[in-house]
Amino acid sequence: MSIGSPVLGADTIKIGVIGPMNFLQGKHHWNGALMAQDKINAAGGIQVGDKKMKIELVKADSNEFLSMTDATNAMELLLTREKVDFIVGGFRTEAVLAMQDIAMDYKTIFLGCGAATKSICDRVGEDYDRYKYWFRITPFNNMFLAKTNFIHLATVGAIMRKAVGIEKPRVAIVGEKQAWVEAMVKASEATIPKLGLEIAGIWRPSQTATDVTAELSAIQRENAHIVFTIFSATVGVTFAKQIGELKIPVAQVGINVEAQKDGFMEATGGMGNYVMTLNTYARDVEINELTQPFVKGYIKRFGEVPAYNAGTHDGINILAESIKKAGSLDSDKVVAEIEKWDGNVAAGRIKFDQNHDPIWGPGYLTGVGVQWQDGKLVGVWPNKWKATPEAPEVTYKGIVPYKLPPWFIEKYKK
Amino acid sequence: MLADIILTTLINGSTYALLAIGFSLIFGVARIVNIAHTAFYMVAAYCIFYGTHRLGAHPVLAVMMAIILVMVLGLICYRLFIEPIREHEAAVLIATIALAMVFQEIVMLIFTGDFRTVPPLVPGYLEFAGLKIAYQQLLSIAAAGVILAAVWTFLAKTRLGLAIRATAQDREVANLMGMNEARVAMVTLVISVALAALTGAAVLPLMVLHPHMWMAPLIMMMAVVVLGGLGSLKGSFTGAYILAFSEALVVFLIPKGAFLRESVALSIMILVLLLRPEGLFGISFEEER
Repeated sequence: MSIGSPVLGADTIKIGVIGPMNFLQGKHHWNGALMAQDKINAAGGIQVGDKKMKIELVKADSNEFLSMTDATNAMELLLTREKVDFIVGGFRTEAVLAMQDIAMDYKTIFLGCGAATKSICDRVGEDYDRYKYWFRITPFNNMFLAKTNFIHLATVGAIMRKAVGIEKPRVAIVGEKQAWVEAMVKASEATIPKLGLEIAGIWRPSQTATDVTAELSAIQRENAHIVFTIFSATVGVTFAKQIGELKIPVAQVGINVEAQKDGFMEATGGMGNYVMTLNTYARDVEINELTQPFVKGYIKRFGEVPAYNAGTHDGINILAESIKKAGSLDSDKVVAEIEKWDGNVAAGRIKFDQNHDPIWGPGYLTGVGVQWQDGKLVGVWPNKWKATPEAPEVTYKGIVPYKLPPWFIEKYKK
Repeated sequence: MLADIILTTLINGSTYALLAIGFSLIFGVARIVNIAHTAFYMVAAYCIFYGTHRLGAHPVLAVMMAIILVMVLGLICYRLFIEPIREHEAAVLIATIALAMVFQEIVMLIFTGDFRTVPPLVPGYLEFAGLKIAYQQLLSIAAAGVILAAVWTFLAKTRLGLAIRATAQDREVANLMGMNEARVAMVTLVISVALAALTGAAVLPLMVLHPHMWMAPLIMMMAVVVLGGLGSLKGSFTGAYILAFSEALVVFLIPKGAFLRESVALSIMILVLLLRPEGLFGISFEEER
């Protein structure tokens, strides 16, 4: 019996939801978990052996944007005071690594729903006995995030060639100074030239920069056509806002976590149009039969499209099924069942690799490329995407064509 | 590239100068190290956001309301938390850190950590030397210039300004000359936080609002004040543009190291202090005041 497991016979299964609760990421962690809890409890709970147990969520504010100590304290409290059985959530890699260690000390299953760094899952392969209680639910790891973004880049590059005849679009790589970005910047330097694109330069602003006009001036001087963004923090809002205000003739493609949120338009003062980012869910896009019921239910209840952190919903559903199959709350037995998981959740089909990282690719998780068009966040990718020349085309239901900013077309149209 | 560097220096330098002069003013007059100075700037920014977005007020009216509210808040904070411990500089420093944290948490409770913006007063941009400059940026530079000139005139040409300068030069003698030093300190603090609020109003449309937005300018503002010489208004003004210039140089010359701009600026400050410990325009010995 593992330390973190409760005594069978308790009435409820306690699931800790940990995240920066005063920020959007934490709110979506919590909201996604609430959706799962209510659905499971309405159906009578989870069948554990010969009895049904309901879920009880415990909210823990990690405050991980600001304080690593707050994050580790929140995790300790979940495990020692609240004595939760399972944990979902986490956002910043630096905090998740520390929180992961604490959860592993207590042999408690921790389903990550925020941090993308591959090395978090690599720990499972390096020391399986210690780290096997960790699984990443969302997003897929930063190497696949980069790969997907390169596909988006190539797609936009092709659209540019066709629309305005720029044969070799120049790409400015702009990544905030955070741990998860390092590998992506390196991969970008190696890959972008292979996509028929040219690197105009690399800029690394602070993740909390409140003014990037200097960077934007420098990017204009380098005649960049595309800005490849790698942002998870405030700088994503600042950057999009200032590009929109100055109508700088560039297409923004990449990851901009702030742009995944419905509040992005308000945050940028209406200047966020034409920003494209990778996302997990989109308002009208159907990845499988489970996507739209979840997205529509979420919008109805919380008034906005779920951010990827709301993948706590998928995590708890996987957990519930695995507990049912294990017939026990014992961490080791549940781990064995999650490892066998291969099935659809709202974000797509999840199957874990040997490091407990979800598999990426057509038929598995791919994410959705979304773009702000006329103040609305719409799905624009995959749109007739072929992973290999022989592979079948992939287009999710509800996808619309990508649009270049009109001021970009105006400048470059011959 | 030179035009870009100069423009960036002017925008950032003006913001730093506005913040640093307010901070320096209250330190020079009352030896109050008000760490909450930029938190007042953050509170003013949220007040303007609330006025324009939630109450639908005209931006000018919202700015006026924000300045008055922040001045009243500054006065209350001074009377309740600073005045009783004013003679203990370290205690004041800690108390103002606590005040800043309290403001941050209250703003977080009311507005959450979501990012907000207010639209520019003058939308659009002009193209100059191949560079796009938003009208709001020019307006912010102009506003900063007007505010700085007004502060200068106020200190140089009015009786209250004279009293403030006299108290800044020598508190004891000013007291002996019949000036109510405690009242001058209180008035100066109110003016100082009003300057913080005005800074918020001037640069707000260029910024993204969040409850922690007071931290980054605090570090730069303190660096500016130390570089210029604690309590020296001229020093704060000069220091602001020196550090803004160094930041702009880093971004334009070392794009991959753009995140280092603050570190480089702070290193310049340390270098100057090694050569001239009192700062550029500071006074070497306390006795000289």
